[in-house]
Parts: sequence; structure tokens; C-alpha cells
Amino acid sequence: MSTVVLDRARPKSVARPVAPEPLIAMRNVCKGYGSGVTRNEVLTNINLNLRQGEFLAVVGFSGSGKTTLTKLLAGLETPDSGEIVMENKVITEPSQERGIVFQNYSLLPWLTVRGNVALSVDRVFRHWSKAQRREHTDKFIEMVGLSHAVHRRPHELSGGMRQRVSLARTLAMKPKVLLLDEPLSALDALTRATLQDEILKIWEEERQTCLLITNDVDEAILLADRIVPLNPGPKASLGPAFTVELDRPRSKTELNHNETFKGLRNAITNYLVAVRQKSREDQALASEQRPVELPDLQPRSLALPRKAILNSTI
Amino acid sequence: MNWRGNALKFCNVAGLPLLEPFIRLAAGEDVKEQFKSISKFILLPIAAIAMFLFLWHAASKTVVTDSMQLPSPSDTWKAGKELFAMHTAQRAADREQKQEKIAEAVMFLAKANKLTAKAEAASGERKETLLANALVLKKKAVQAANYKPTSAPTFVDQIFTSLKTVFVGFVIATLIAVPVGVLCGMSPWCNAALTPFIQIFKPVSPLAWLPLAFLVIVWAYSGSKPGETLFEKAFLISAVTVSLCSLWPTLVNTTLGVASVDKDYMNVARVLKLSWSQQLFKIILPASLPLMFAGLRISLGVGWMVLIAADMLAQNPGLGKFVWDEFQNGSSQTYARIAFSVIIIGVIGLLLDRVMIFLRNLVSFGNPQAA
Repeated sequence: MSTVVLDRARPKSVARPVAPEPLIAMRNVCKGYGSGVTRNEVLTNINLNLRQGEFLAVVGFSGSGKTTLTKLLAGLETPDSGEIVMENKVITEPSQERGIVFQNYSLLPWLTVRGNVALSVDRVFRHWSKAQRREHTDKFIEMVGLSHAVHRRPHELSGGMRQRVSLARTLAMKPKVLLLDEPLSALDALTRATLQDEILKIWEEERQTCLLITNDVDEAILLADRIVPLNPGPKASLGPAFTVELDRPRSKTELNHNETFKGLRNAITNYLVAVRQKSREDQALASEQRPVELPDLQPRSLALPRKAILNSTI
Repeated sequence: MNWRGNALKFCNVAGLPLLEPFIRLAAGEDVKEQFKSISKFILLPIAAIAMFLFLWHAASKTVVTDSMQLPSPSDTWKAGKELFAMHTAQRAADREQKQEKIAEAVMFLAKANKLTAKAEAASGERKETLLANALVLKKKAVQAANYKPTSAPTFVDQIFTSLKTVFVGFVIATLIAVPVGVLCGMSPWCNAALTPFIQIFKPVSPLAWLPLAFLVIVWAYSGSKPGETLFEKAFLISAVTVSLCSLWPTLVNTTLGVASVDKDYMNVARVLKLSWSQQLFKIILPASLPLMFAGLRISLGVGWMVLIAADMLAQNPGLGKFVWDEFQNGSSQTYARIAFSVIIIGVIGLLLDRVMIFLRNLVSFGNPQAA
């Protein structure tokens, strides 16, 4: 297992000014579900530093614990051991400082687009005047290009539009960190590409600290500054970080011919495939069961006429 | 959206697929396709009803004893028309009487005014006598003006009494079942504590509840005289029996709805750090409304069914009592009237159900169902 991240300065040793203080640090975080025989370790020894203003992507296969990782960061789950620290405070519960965009949108079906966004605006900016909050809400709806649909309810929207609402709802909270939990996985390829561009555009305007969880290597490279692969679970851990040295603003069409992009994509993909292969082998070794020996059988009916097969009693 | 889209959406939410082909026809869509829908939703049911009427007619010729006969469809129809005619006649008579009384009241008042005017002119003892007389006349006038016809309730009156009873019972049941259901849904402990009661009382028939309801109401009314209280005793007994039987579906469905609120919605609430009451009113209740209304719909159906039995036993002047009284009367009209009221009870039950379907579809966004 390789811990990728910079060895971060412990809060005690304040004397070292060089190491940049990360916004969020995960230290030796382990998380599992269930107890006793049904215990299932999902994440082990996760060390991750999320720096101020950086766009970090975590890529991994489905089922490797990506969602658990976001839930831990959001504070919706608490680690079994280790700790997650944000600005010198241990994360124990959800906070409005960490906005999360869920994979399945999680829009409230009885509220309109504006209602959904206003729910978080009204809660987070309670002290603002009504007009101010409304203006803020409308600004973010406009940012995701849904001004024409403010009065519609989620079931009248397409998947891409729903995820835009979800994005607007979270962005409007003005969180310090944006956690994107596979935000585009449920969308078709074309919508996905458009939304990737939009996320990129919005991020470049705001330069918010952002953590993207995805299973798409291309998406990670297009959006992120740094990519950390998640080794497949159970007992998932993080792999070595890849730094994306591509100039911004990035454009998808240009990237397709970029040698750095191609190299990076190959490196990450090869790493992920190799790790998965290894994990499968480990699992096979760990399980006591011997591989089933298949009997040496040949179909005999091929040589027989068709009618004979139909009439034969089995 | 254009008018057609709106109309189709309304059909969908109101649970009225039978209107859809007509809207599409009016919009100029493929005629053949629409005719298929029309024949499915309208012609076929009409044919089935005609078949039923024919069988009914045949049965009425067969099921005959010395004193009784199964009423034929036409007898039933005649009896029904008669019931409504009786109602109109009764109303007209009542109105006439009322007008007479009002005229009387005006007369009394005029006399009283005259006496008062005389009293102004007079003095001493005579003035006092005149004033006293005027007061008596005024009282008589008020009495006449407040006259209410005391005729026996007609069939239509009984329908409205029944509706009122079931409505009061249903409201009582809702007021109990929804808060308790929300409590049970939010707290597994509460649910565990109340589950035995729910399981045991849910299958109890209204007839078993009624004597107990009777006892409690009589106890509650022990100090008061008839006419003084807001509700009649029999009315309350029926209503309470209805609520005791109809609160269970709402209770169970509300519990289920609240307990099964999507985890993701709760996560949204947690990230936004909504307060407890905000979580309840902004997330949990709206999310559980569809199931809650599905429960309310079943409750109202059960309530309407129970009401007829409760009316019969408690002698609440509703449809149940009408059926029972007719049965006891044994006139030549008896069975035709009972058959007619059976149909009316069914139609009202259907209408109540449609209203509840409409309400439920209004709150289940993006997921309306026809039935």
C-alpha cells in the first residue's frame, strides 16, 4: 500500500511553515459496516490531503467504496478509526461548509427547481433578506442554465437537468468544499460530456476546492489537478497520486490529441487494471475453495442429424 | 403547455382514463385508435351493465315468495324517482309552512310596534300593561321566525346525514391516525409499543365496537338533556364507530410512509442541518404524503362501509337506518327502495373513492395512478 499524499505537518509542529496546510486531511481512516461474521471492511488506512483551491479526483471501479469515502468526507458517516480533519476541527457531523452532490440527484420531488435550490439558500443564508435570497437562488439557477425551467418539478426534467439542479442547490450553499459523488454516472454519454464542460467552466470561475469521485478516467483527467486511484475493495485503500500537468482551460477535443493526456490515461488505466487483477488473485488465494474441475465433455449431437436430436430422450 | 397537454395531465392526475380518448379525438388524433379506447372504457362497461340489468330482470321474475319479490330494475327506478319526488314535495310543504310562520312573525311584530306606540302616548299603569303586552308579542314573533319544520327526514336528508356522519368519523380518525402514524414511523420504539394494539384492533368488526362506543357516548352525555348538545347521541355513536374502524389503514400507511422516507432526502436534510421541525415539515411529511393519502383513501372506503352498519344499530338517521326501517316496515315498496338505496350507497362510495384518488395523485408528483 502506498500513501500518496504529502506527509502533512502535524498540528503540534507548527514550526514548519513550508508544508501547505491542507483544507481537509484524512488520517489512517478505516470504515466498515456490520459486525461479527457479517463485518465488511470497506476502506482501510485512507490518507488523503485535499488542498485549498485544488480539484482532486478519486477514480475507482464500482463497488470499491467510493461512495463511502464521500459520505465520510461529508460527515454523513463517521470513521471507525482514524480521523478526518477540516481546518483543525475533526469532522463528526455534516456541515454546510461541505456541499455534496449526490449520484442520484436527491431532489425533492414535491418542490420546483426554484424550491429545491431555495431550500438550501433559505437555510444557509437565514440572515439575508427575502429579496437577497431570491436573487441568490436565481443567480445559481441561471448559472446552470435552467432559468427557463424554474417552475418545473423534478419529474418533468431530464436526468441531465436534474443533476444541474442538484449542482445549483449545492453551489448556492457557497460551501468551502464541493464533494461530487459520481455526479455524472447516471447520465448518457452526450449529456455527460456537456455537463463535464459546464462543471469545468463553473469551477474555473469560482476555483472552489473540489473533490470528484468518478469511475471515468477521462473525466478525471479533464477536470482534475490531481488524481488518486482507489484500489478495489474490500479493504480499499488509495493508490499513488497522479498529477495532471495540463494547462487550463482544457478542452476535450484538444485533449484527445494531447500526448500527455494519452500517457496519463494509459498510466492510470493500467494501474487500475493491474490493481484489480492483483486483488482478484489475492481473493482467490484467500478463499480456501479449490477451483472446480470441469468434466471433460464433448457435445455428441453435432454429428447426428437434426431429427435425431429432437427425438432423443434425455 | 397547450390545452390538450393540460387536459391529459388532468385526466392522469384525476384518475379518469375514460376521458382521454375524447380529448385526443377533439385534438384531431387518429380516430381508429381513439375508438378502440372508447369501446374499451365506455362501450364495454355499458354492455356489461346492460347484461347485468337483463340478468337482474330475469332474477326478479324467479325470486318470488308469497309476500315478497325481488324488485326488478324498473321497480327500483320507479321507487327511486318516488323517493326524490317525496323529498321535493316535503320540501315544498316545509317551505310553505315556514313562509306562513314568517308572515305570522311579521304580523306579531307589527302589532307589538303599534302597542309600543300607544304606550308612548299613555302613562302610568296603562303604559306598563301595554309595554308588557308588546313584549309578549315580540317573543311570539321571534318564536315564529325561528320555526323549523319538524317533518321526518326524507331519503335525501338521510343521504346528507350519512355523509356528515362519515365525514366527522373520518376527520376524527385522521386526527388520531396521522400524528400517531408519524410518531410510529419516526420512532421504532413507539412502533414496537403500538404494534400489538394495531394488530389486534385492526380486524375488529364495527358491530363489536358499537356497544362500547355507545357506552362511552352515553357516559359522556349523562349530564345533558337532548337538544342541548352539539351532536345527537346516535350521530356521535355512528361517527365514533366509523373512526374506530377507519383509522387503522391510515395509521399503518402513515407509519410505513414516514419510516420509508428516502435515505437520500434525509441526507440532504442532514447536510443542510435542518432543525427537527423543519425536517418533519419540509422533508418527512411531504415525502410520506402519497402513502398517507393511499391510507386515507382506504380509510374512507372502510368508513363508508362501516357507517351503514353503524347507522342501522345506532339508529342514526342515515342511509343505514333508512334501509333498516324499510326492512321493518314491509310495505309493497320496501325491497325496491332498499335496492335503490344499495345503488345510491355504491355510487356515493365510488365518488368518495374518486375524490381520494384525485387527492392522492395531487401529492404524488410524477407518479400518478389511475386506481
